[in-house]
Amino acid sequence: MTIPPLVVPFSDSMFVLALGLLTLAPLAIAGVALLNTGLGRSRSAAQSMLGCVTLVAVATIAFAVVGTSFAGVPGHTLALAGKSWNWIGAAPLLLRHFDLVQPQLQLEVLFEFLAVGLIALIPWGSGADRLRLPAGCAVTAVLAGGVFPLVAHWVWGDGWLAQLGANFGLGAGFIDGAGAASVHAVGGLSALAVVWIAGPRKGKFPKEGLATAMPGHNTVYIVFGCLLALVGWLAWNVAGAILWLHAGPSVLAKTVINTFLSGSAALVAAFTVTRSRFSKPDASMCANGWLAGLVASCACAAIVTPLEAIAVGAVAGIAAPLLVELLELALSIDDPSGAISVHAVGGLWGLFAAGLFAPRTGQLLAQMVGIATLLGLVFPLVYLLFWLLNRVIPFRVEADGERLGMDLYELGGGAYPEFVIHRDESYR
Amino acid sequence: MKYAGLLVMPTGFFLVIAALVLFPDAGLRATFVVCGLAVQLLGLAVAVRGHMQRAQEAPPSGAVIASGVSRR
Repeated sequence: MTIPPLVVPFSDSMFVLALGLLTLAPLAIAGVALLNTGLGRSRSAAQSMLGCVTLVAVATIAFAVVGTSFAGVPGHTLALAGKSWNWIGAAPLLLRHFDLVQPQLQLEVLFEFLAVGLIALIPWGSGADRLRLPAGCAVTAVLAGGVFPLVAHWVWGDGWLAQLGANFGLGAGFIDGAGAASVHAVGGLSALAVVWIAGPRKGKFPKEGLATAMPGHNTVYIVFGCLLALVGWLAWNVAGAILWLHAGPSVLAKTVINTFLSGSAALVAAFTVTRSRFSKPDASMCANGWLAGLVASCACAAIVTPLEAIAVGAVAGIAAPLLVELLELALSIDDPSGAISVHAVGGLWGLFAAGLFAPRTGQLLAQMVGIATLLGLVFPLVYLLFWLLNRVIPFRVEADGERLGMDLYELGGGAYPEFVIHRDESYR
Repeated sequence: MKYAGLLVMPTGFFLVIAALVLFPDAGLRATFVVCGLAVQLLGLAVAVRGHMQRAQEAPPSGAVIASGVSRR
């Protein structure tokens, strides 16, 4: 297999196709929103879903105001060791240049707008049942206005990661077809920072015994979210292949098939793992496995063979449920939506797999440099920013809020007013 | 301990960058990139360990409803 050529004429038909696909991509956001809400508790469902819509709005505005400038082209460069390091975008603020740029660049900005909508929901799901809505908005503003644009510029805006091939002879430079790095890995690592700072849900880790089981409240939301996400992901990966990998028509059908295969293999793997672990398949873990396969496919669906896509998905699907269990039982990390296992680990694995299965010399090393940047630079930076943010806008709700539920405490009414909400056993 | 681990992680990143700049030889460069990643994972492990220690020192109160295997 070969990586698609980097320069393919962008015809009008490709423009229309990419634009059409990007109008379907928000279904991935809707799917993740449903997953987040279903995996949380019933007494926080309205806050979760309203939060998803609000955070998408905040992310869009923050990205339009400052993010497009940092993410855009051209960029500021540093000269180091005789090489040019393009480290941050230098486009005008507030999208003032938008009407002047080529249609292809406009589509790229549109893709990034949708990406910030998705990245906002990833830490929000992990902070379910205790992360305050104002804090969620602040976290989103930081991600959409600062962190995402920086990484997006490095990867998609001809930044230093994209230039690893030209500057250091590492394959085609760091490749990320549809946001495995800038959306999912960054979102998943942000989720870890949020969970660490906000702490676990009250009663989750008692003094003695195993962690308290706090199952998701609506399995139908979770599974339907998976189906919605599939449609969005197919659109997302194909649009990403057109825009960021400059893939021609011969690659597009394969990208769709590989995305589907990766998700399917991941679901089968997660189903098998949970069945062997618990004697019955676990719906929420299977959903997480499915999503982990789709996340992993983001990086490599356009450049691997169908057999390799199955392998990528299977590894993601095996890892997701095992990691969810490891994080909760062994590492005392309370992540209700499983975002760390699904988005962070799935995304990083997909990026690694893109290098592993690429035929170009040095591509694996380029991918490893990108992974090292995400882990060694972006994650500590995000943690520091969130730690400072927590001093100004506390992430965690007051004890009363946890006792009443986020719906009553923050919104004044529940998501299911005609149903009896189960009493929380941990408060007896 | 948690913050120490988080501080170690950028060290691994700079090791990776140094490998790119200093070693034109592919083998040596790859070795140092792998070492940089290993340093990062070590830092992450220390940070996780620090998080667990803090959680054990001040665990949130609550009754035990452990069900053998927790499904979130």
